[in-house]
Amino acid sequence: MPKPTRIEINCETGVESIIELTDAEIAEMEAAAAQAEAERAAKEADDAAKAEAKAALLDRLGITAEEAKLLLA
Amino acid sequence: MANTYELIASSTVGAGGATTIDFTSIPSTYTDLVLICSLRVARASTVNNTVIKFNSSSSSYSEKILYGNGSSAGSYSDTQIYDVNNAANSTSNTFANSQFYIPNYTGSANKSVSNDSVAENNATAATSQLVAGLWSNSAAISSISLTDYSGTNFVQYSTAYLYGVKNA
Repeated sequence: MPKPTRIEINCETGVESIIELTDAEIAEMEAAAAQAEAERAAKEADDAAKAEAKAALLDRLGITAEEAKLLLA
Repeated sequence: MANTYELIASSTVGAGGATTIDFTSIPSTYTDLVLICSLRVARASTVNNTVIKFNSSSSSYSEKILYGNGSSAGSYSDTQIYDVNNAANSTSNTFANSQFYIPNYTGSANKSVSNDSVAENNATAATSQLVAGLWSNSAAISSISLTDYSGTNFVQYSTAYLYGVKNA
């Protein structure tokens, strides 16, 4: 399997090069990707938890989201 | 477009894709930089993010984001600066539109960055966002790199155009 590549454009010379990533760069990229996925999953879980808590509160109060907006307006 | 805009360099991703687009040796003869991107990545999602970095630095970035995605809108903060790009589950053969504006890129003050981007999708779910970013570093910007947030490839025909603005 070919190694991933990056494009480098030297703005002084205008020369564009396609460069294979080194093993260290690949490892760094994979670590960053794993961290990004973890952060994304954590944010999605946080958003879901907030939405669930909001729905539960509205249910307890016996009002709709629109009615809650009216109360806060 | 203002007649002081000059194309410094551009790149179109080839058939094999690319993980990163790097602009190096950026001349210091302009006032501001404008980077206009049309990107799509191979990740299996509708939308993803492209992270911008300066001078190969991975630290001292911050941003505030305002976004809307067809069903909700909101704001949040992050310690990276990124736009939105198209990903593999968005409408076939469509690419995001994004513009980064980087004023006073050669100055010794911290570098502000603004971005306006949208991930195109022929569906209700399509994300657009505005970014106010800051790179807290006194160095002049001499290189810019664009990398997908999840480390996947930019696909063929993705493009990035770097312009210099004089006397902004």
